[in-house]
Amino acid sequence: MKRKMLSLGLCAMMTASLLVGCGSGNTEGSAENVETSGELTWRIGGIGPTTGGAAQYGQGVMNAIQIAVDEVNAAGGINGYQISFNFQDDEADPQKSVNAYNTLKDWGMQILEGTVTSGACAAVSAETYNDRIFQITPSASSTSVIEGNDNTFQICFSDPNQGTVSADYIAENGLGTKIGVIYDSSDPYSSGVYQNFATEAANVGLDVVATEAFTSDSKTDFTTQLQKCKDAGADLLFLPFYYTEGSIVLTQANKMGYAPTMFGVDGFDGLLGVENFDVSLAEGVYLLTPFAADADDEATKKFVATYEESYKDTPNQFAADAYDGVYIIKEALEAANLTPEASNEEICDALISEIQNVNYNGLTGEGMTWNDKGEVSKDPKAVVIKDGGYVSVQ
Amino acid sequence: MKNLNKSTQKLIISILVIVVLYIVMAVMESTGNLSSLMSGLLVPVCAYSLVAIGLNLCVGYLGELSLGHAGFMCVGAFTSAFFSKAYANTIPDVPRFILALLIGTFFAALFGFLIAIPVLRLSGDYLAIVTLAFGEIIKNVINVLYVGIDSNGLHVSMKDMMSLGLEPDGTLLVNGAQGITGTPRQATFLIGVLLVIFALVVTFNFVNSRTGRAVKAIRDNQIAAETVGLPITKYKLIAFTISAAIAGVGGVLYAHNINSLTATTNNFGYNMSIMILVYVVLGGIGNFSGSLIATVVLTMLPEMLRGLSNYRMLIYSIVLIALMLFNWAPDILKFRADHGLTSKTILGKIKKTKEVQ
Repeated sequence: MKRKMLSLGLCAMMTASLLVGCGSGNTEGSAENVETSGELTWRIGGIGPTTGGAAQYGQGVMNAIQIAVDEVNAAGGINGYQISFNFQDDEADPQKSVNAYNTLKDWGMQILEGTVTSGACAAVSAETYNDRIFQITPSASSTSVIEGNDNTFQICFSDPNQGTVSADYIAENGLGTKIGVIYDSSDPYSSGVYQNFATEAANVGLDVVATEAFTSDSKTDFTTQLQKCKDAGADLLFLPFYYTEGSIVLTQANKMGYAPTMFGVDGFDGLLGVENFDVSLAEGVYLLTPFAADADDEATKKFVATYEESYKDTPNQFAADAYDGVYIIKEALEAANLTPEASNEEICDALISEIQNVNYNGLTGEGMTWNDKGEVSKDPKAVVIKDGGYVSVQ
Repeated sequence: MKNLNKSTQKLIISILVIVVLYIVMAVMESTGNLSSLMSGLLVPVCAYSLVAIGLNLCVGYLGELSLGHAGFMCVGAFTSAFFSKAYANTIPDVPRFILALLIGTFFAALFGFLIAIPVLRLSGDYLAIVTLAFGEIIKNVINVLYVGIDSNGLHVSMKDMMSLGLEPDGTLLVNGAQGITGTPRQATFLIGVLLVIFALVVTFNFVNSRTGRAVKAIRDNQIAAETVGLPITKYKLIAFTISAAIAGVGGVLYAHNINSLTATTNNFGYNMSIMILVYVVLGGIGNFSGSLIATVVLTMLPEMLRGLSNYRMLIYSIVLIALMLFNWAPDILKFRADHGLTSKTILGKIKKTKEVQ
């Protein structure tokens, strides 16, 4: 009996040492984009889904940050120090996201640019708040991300902003009299925008005649929802979700011979790039986006060209937000005149005060500023799709 | 120790191993040798272990395949997180967590009981399908549930946030798909370990009790058990309810370890139910300590493989297949027996070398 106990104890010790060994060895990091040389660098971490259902957004953000980091490094880095970048996958799951965050912490992350999705971001921002690590998210638009956390900032405009602006815009321009809404009730982003839209719609006197929901388990067929909106006589559909489902809605509405005005939010950006999608169906679709891949300005052209060359894909607005993020961090760090020797807490405190003085012109907006809550001041711009391109309407 | 019966000895050994592991981890953590990733994983591992123990009771001793245990975990997680958030400012931390734990466990048990009534009239594949459906229903109901609290009391809606009609001073507790944000973070590794040990004690005692023997008799031959006069439904209900309650405890632990609790397919849907079933099958059906080991290994593995970037999903699956084959494929078992590679012979060898020394 004694011996058996001893051997079991030994087994337990071995298991423990295995786990611990793995743990401390993790500093080697992952992904091809990690620089592990011993020199002192800025360590910027990124978290987002690069596998699973939301992978396209995470991939875009990862690629765009990589492009920006390479550019900054080629131009001499920030305050004379190069940037190392490490991006971890979270499968858009809060628990996995916290695991990814801990991995990055072991790697020595000083600043976090992430996470990509709202639900995961809320979990991680609670952690960064406790650990005093500065966090800026390119695309998590929910208010729960920044609520109560002084160290978390958003580059994208927030859900309330989008929902409210959409309702105001529709009311002011008289785009529709009877509004139908279809939204993804299982998605924090989609239901967040919807809630704010519905609140504002009631305020400005829009007549919402049909509200139909779907879930992530049933996002391939929208005929029921469309039929109900059609029966209710909706002449404008508000569609606060991502473009993949958006393309299906447009195709199915067309098949049904139902042609209301379609109004999407920023998730619709990317609609024109969907494979096997008849782009002519997107004609006349309104959407909110701060970024158009075919814009004429020099910065956008350069970014899109580099992105297309490196990753054989057109960047969407999340990627553009993420690209801007690196330069925003750079600007704030330069203003604070910090070096990577500073502790995470020093960097965090300095960046919190500096970012509120930053006035940044980037791909996704002119003169972006931040308030102490973490919200960005840029306004969502409505564009309409015409001849396969975005035309801004004001 | 010698005059105790075999199952008690086994239980004591399991608990001792857990305690040793806990001490090792606690020492590592206090001396700063434990990476953040590892210390972040400790509580989730305990949570999943609890659910695996619960499911093992159902699969191994009741002999019924349940694919809905993540649903019970979900019930435990949301009810307790709801309670903790609602009373975050009125009840002090410690009693609130204890109450949250009891509430989470109670509601998981209640749901287990209610679901078991229709479900246990079925058997085999049909039971698996119905439990799968129940798990999904729970997840989907939580995704459309909006609960807020203000000076007029509790407001509940299944439609959207606006129909709650909250006063401006009200707080939103459950926000549909956005779930519960801001649950106080109270689960620690110590609590996790204590709960795992407690669950082990309960299950070990249960399966060796009078009721447990009846449950096993029903599993082995329902008709024979019925002939002897055992009330089948009663025993099945008891076992299933306990199993759900333990899964609920796992949910409570999970919920109090993360700030943002959402019900998605990955954490409370069928994916998770099947993941937990994998822990149980790999660890050995009816073997509680085995489930624990399998849970630890399989929860840690994908995180350990982060170094391989996106290939880790592929490697993880391959490792899983290899482990299953190694443990259960008849040819491999035979090969292992022939070459002295079974766990028994390996343990025996260790013993022998000790004796030689």
